[in-house]
Amino acid sequence: MTGDPARPARAALWVTCLVDQLFPQVGEAAAAVLRRAGVDVDVPPGQTCCGQIAFNDGFWPEAARLARKFLDDFADAPAVVAPSASCATMVREFYPLLLRDDPPTAARARALAGRTYELTEFLVDRVGVTDLGARFPHRVAYHPSCHALRGLRLRDQPRRLLGAVRDLELRELAGAEECCGFGGMFAVTFAALSGSMLQAKLAAVEASGAEVVTSTDCSCLMHLAGGLSRRGSPVRAVHIAEILAAR
Amino acid sequence: MTRPAPIDFVRNAEAALANPALHASVRRAMVRFRELQRAVIGEVPDWQDLREYAHRVKMHTLAHLDRYLEQLEAAVTAAGGRVHWARDAGEARRIIVDLVRSHGGRAVVKSKSMTSEEIELNEALQTAGCRVVETDLGEYLLQLAGDRPAHLIAPAVHRSRDDIARLLARHLGVPVYDDPRDLTQVAREALRRAFLGAEVGITGVNFAVAETGTLVIVENEGNARLTTTLPPVHIALMGLEKVVPRLADLAVFLTLLPRAATGQRMSSYVSLVTGPRRAGEADGPDQLHLVILDNGRSSIAADPVMAEALACIRCGACLDVCPVFERTAGHAYGSVYSGPIGAVITPLLRGLDVAGRLPFASSLCGACGEICPVRIDLPRLLLELRARVVGGGGARLTERAFVRGWTAVMAHPSRLRVAGRLARWVLRVLWRGRLPVPFPLSAWTRVRDLPPPPPAAFRDLWNTSRRKETGP
Repeated sequence: MTGDPARPARAALWVTCLVDQLFPQVGEAAAAVLRRAGVDVDVPPGQTCCGQIAFNDGFWPEAARLARKFLDDFADAPAVVAPSASCATMVREFYPLLLRDDPPTAARARALAGRTYELTEFLVDRVGVTDLGARFPHRVAYHPSCHALRGLRLRDQPRRLLGAVRDLELRELAGAEECCGFGGMFAVTFAALSGSMLQAKLAAVEASGAEVVTSTDCSCLMHLAGGLSRRGSPVRAVHIAEILAAR
Repeated sequence: MTRPAPIDFVRNAEAALANPALHASVRRAMVRFRELQRAVIGEVPDWQDLREYAHRVKMHTLAHLDRYLEQLEAAVTAAGGRVHWARDAGEARRIIVDLVRSHGGRAVVKSKSMTSEEIELNEALQTAGCRVVETDLGEYLLQLAGDRPAHLIAPAVHRSRDDIARLLARHLGVPVYDDPRDLTQVAREALRRAFLGAEVGITGVNFAVAETGTLVIVENEGNARLTTTLPPVHIALMGLEKVVPRLADLAVFLTLLPRAATGQRMSSYVSLVTGPRRAGEADGPDQLHLVILDNGRSSIAADPVMAEALACIRCGACLDVCPVFERTAGHAYGSVYSGPIGAVITPLLRGLDVAGRLPFASSLCGACGEICPVRIDLPRLLLELRARVVGGGGARLTERAFVRGWTAVMAHPSRLRVAGRLARWVLRVLWRGRLPVPFPLSAWTRVRDLPPPPPAAFRDLWNTSRRKETGP
């Protein structure tokens, strides 16, 4: 597909606030993977947070303020790529809803939504690559995040990319489509419920025999890693970009 | 009148979680439902088109409720029935109690109806001196136990078989049976006696067809069929959103409902009741009364953002796939309507001040929106309600302070740089473990550890590496 004229030569990396502040290695891996796929990477320096946490918690005016800023930050980007299905869902699905009382801004949001992608989706669907030359000699379970499954409706893009990684053994999770229990503020306001959902997911991870659990979303992974650490489990939570960048 | 106390979902959920047997038995039932649903939904190639059609029919009907309800009234009347309008629960109770009394009725049988639970009809009938028997097996058991339904279509899902065996033994003087067939047989014999002696039968309504005045009742036990045919008087109670325009619409709704509800291709009994028994007919009541209940529904229908919630056909599929419902069962929602649809409808019916926390009791995983056979966008409605709660001043102070602070920081990258450094420093201190984790981070560490602190933010590392790449 290298001759495809629609194949993007440049993309703006939307790091996302969580990756920026707590998981910088994931941002670096995402940039490295994009470059390896032949895409020039810009990182618009003004970017902060898309406002999802405020939006999901009912604070729509605050979320709209951050959404407007996001639209400005990425106004010139030919494509916006995030190592997060959750954040991409916010822009693609919910910006038009959030901004419905401001039609001109909502129109800008819809235009940007049309060129905003989650990382694995961008690599497989837009760039047309699945093999990035990665090697990761571990047993890996893929946790499809709710926003990947039901927000963006990703199909098999993450699995195809993982399938091309050398020496990687993919393990299936029982109940893979069930939520891990993170849910943003839900994780703290309904901590007991979130914890119960977490334990069910971790039991499935451990039963899979995987050494590593991966996902498109650092939010799920932070929650899963916190639970694994609390259980004293040897299983590690690693973002899919880090696996795709591994040599 | 004093305002009812707010529904404390957090406390209710914690109480439910303290009972691991509850989660185990509800999960077993929910997983079974999911498997059955997946199988029979998968065999309908145009499932998505049917959902879309049903959604549009419902939304169209809700936009023209006055017209279709008048048409329904005319058609029911023409078929020989009588229509009664109830503005609220109290009016509906009075109408039904008066109807039962005016027929000298003391013995009432009922088939399953969530709407009758909503208006607390049984209590009103009992106060008026009637003997009411619930004839759906699950509802019958709950009535014996003095309990309430915990699921829209599997009301006794929270009770184990042992529990039910002991309940029947205590109330009916039979041995404590172990085989579910024995249990069913015992209940069946008791219910047959109630049917044969009943003067009034009360049912709910799944669909009411405006063009023909036909009331559609879907069930699996045959008890609703008996309730509509044996007693001389049949009273049907429906929420006004149950009206559908045409008989032909049933072809779609009766494909969607059983598959989403019980994972069946077709329910065992689908009764289409058009008027009372006519001359020359063998079965059916002498009188048919239809009570059409508003109780807050018309204001939901008039709310363009929320009207979609009234498209619900009460199949319960959103409960079956909900990871929260699976862990709490229905009672935690403090309402007859539970799960995702309950978290939407209860605040709309009873007010945000009473039920405003329910829409927050979701991880927004989206499973409910995906399964809904009439394509109600439940995650969106939960989000919209959250925005109304917060917009109406209903947010908790800690949350408001957090989100305000977050937004102020995120509005400027320079502030994020400083706040991020501070946050990572705090994280490092906490990781050394010398200080207790403060609120609200303590809610995070109740069930999981904090992430390890990275040395720097991505933006700092990126700028450093770029300087190196393009350096002097």
